[in-house]
Amino acid sequence: MNLNAVKTIYVHEMRRFWRTITQSLVSPVLSTSLYFVVFGAAIGSRIDQVEGVGYGAFIVPGLIMLSVMTQATSNASFGIYFPKFTGTIYELLSAPVSFLEIVAGYVGAAATKALFIGIIILLTAFAFIDIQIAHPLAMIALLMLTCISFSLLGFIIGIWAGNFEQLQLIPLLVITPLVFLGGSFYSISMLPPVWQTITLFNPVVYLISGFRWSFFGVADVSIGLSLLAITAFTAACLGFIWWIFRTGWRIRQ
Amino acid sequence: MTAIVSVKNLRKAYAGGFEALKSINLDIQEGEILALLGPNGAGKTTLISTICGITTPTSGTVTVGGHDTQTDYRAARGMIGLVPQEISLEPFETVFSTVRFSRGLFGKPRDDAKIDEILAQLSLADKRDNKVITLSGGMKRRVLIAKALAHEPRVLFLDEPSAGVDVELRKDMWEVVARLKASGVTIILTTHYIEEAEAIADRVGIINKGQILLIQDKAELMAQMGKKQLRIDLAVATPDIPAALAKYELQRAPDGRSLTYTYDTNGPRTGITTLLNDLQSAGLQMTDLQTQQSSLEDIFVGMVKEEA
Ligand SMILES: Nc1ncnc2c1ncn2[C@@H]1O[C@H](COP(=O)(O)OP(=O)(O)OP(=O)(O)O)[C@@H](O)[C@H]1O
Ligand SMILES: [Mg+2]
Repeated sequence: MNLNAVKTIYVHEMRRFWRTITQSLVSPVLSTSLYFVVFGAAIGSRIDQVEGVGYGAFIVPGLIMLSVMTQATSNASFGIYFPKFTGTIYELLSAPVSFLEIVAGYVGAAATKALFIGIIILLTAFAFIDIQIAHPLAMIALLMLTCISFSLLGFIIGIWAGNFEQLQLIPLLVITPLVFLGGSFYSISMLPPVWQTITLFNPVVYLISGFRWSFFGVADVSIGLSLLAITAFTAACLGFIWWIFRTGWRIRQ
Repeated sequence: MTAIVSVKNLRKAYAGGFEALKSINLDIQEGEILALLGPNGAGKTTLISTICGITTPTSGTVTVGGHDTQTDYRAARGMIGLVPQEISLEPFETVFSTVRFSRGLFGKPRDDAKIDEILAQLSLADKRDNKVITLSGGMKRRVLIAKALAHEPRVLFLDEPSAGVDVELRKDMWEVVARLKASGVTIILTTHYIEEAEAIADRVGIINKGQILLIQDKAELMAQMGKKQLRIDLAVATPDIPAALAKYELQRAPDGRSLTYTYDTNGPRTGITTLLNDLQSAGLQMTDLQTQQSSLEDIFVGMVKEEA
């Protein structure tokens, strides 16, 4: 195991994050605050409670998930796309590193950044509303798992992408709709029965539901099912990445 | 001497089916400088990329220090440093941090003093904290070399190190190469410049259309180049070479209008005076004389043309 290489990639990627720390944090904090003002204060004041939780508090887990998933995906996809773009990937390919080490370095860094942003948003939320976290350990664990699995997804996108447009396409076209339709701002039970069934095919539902459970102890689907879904998703991404490196798909001729 | 890099029956066909390498066999001796000469598209970069792990071979094997580059890639790649043909660098990193990254990636423990030493060797010390994007092209190439040396490789591949580099920097680079050789590093470089191969290589290989046409000691090649040719144009075409001139091993042009004599400038006597006397005795009348020296360039151009 070339641990030095993992550490080097990780530190290198994190340095870029710290260099642009203001940029990295200002936009998620600002957009979260806007959500709180619009949904929490303006609209929320007309909605009583959802599942026994005040609406302002109810949307916090969904908001965190929204940011964390988008950030993890775009960080990781950019992280591995950039060396492809500048040509410096030659170094990764000619270095004595295995695919697991490359993934650990890039995905680890992307997941850390996303986790960091998730925590900042949570802290911002505390400034607006009073929330109690029912299962703090489960909350952190679920947050970390989400960061990792969506960073893995981002890594795949970064390897697949042939240009910057494609790089932004998936987060825009797939992740944002899935998160919005995944119960970030409402409970699945508020939907008509047909839509409730359709929604169950959206993997993000399980993540948001599980995450919300860790806050309020209430969930749309059982926590066991949520854990199963997120594990399966992570495993699928890892399997795909393993295949990429075995075949050299889009990276090695 | 033992071969540090051994290439056996290496073939590489790209996805489109194009065969860029056709069964290459090549042993590179430890401590030597090998120059690979070849025209554009000959397969030089493909050969290097395949040895270094950037492209996968279609068939054949490569070992570096006895380690197979496919099955034992960690040990094999750890010994290699690569300076690619294209300048590929992260634009917003500083020189120092990009070189340090290379060292870490190859699994070596952090050693800032070592990196400063490498930068100094390449006259990059004063650019240490500059962003890569602010450097000139030649400077960037030096950064690439520094990155390749950061993990103290035993074998260094330089893919066209002098492309886009001025005479001054080229001389500097040759000095660096000489120093590396003195410290026991094996160096393989590709080039279009014959004088570069002449100046620094121990052996010269000529590659064209995915095949190695010749690989020879530079000293031997130089000896061949010491040969000069004298062309004698005749007033009247001769149907054959007179028996009296047999000892000169002359070559007759197809039309019989000229004879060519090859001699060694390094020899004690060239034999020209006696030849000219004997020509006259044989009754051949000369109209003109021309001498010509063959060079590595002639050999190279000749071989590559023959192939085409
Ligand atoms: N990725 C690729 N896909 C298909 N063909 C390729 C690829 N890379 C190189 N080739 C082809 O393989 C042949 C050898 O290319 P290579 O880059 O090895 O040549 P070279 O000797 O390094 O040339 P140059 O002196 O121009 O650098 C060329 O005909 C080139 O078009
Ligand atoms: Mg080339």
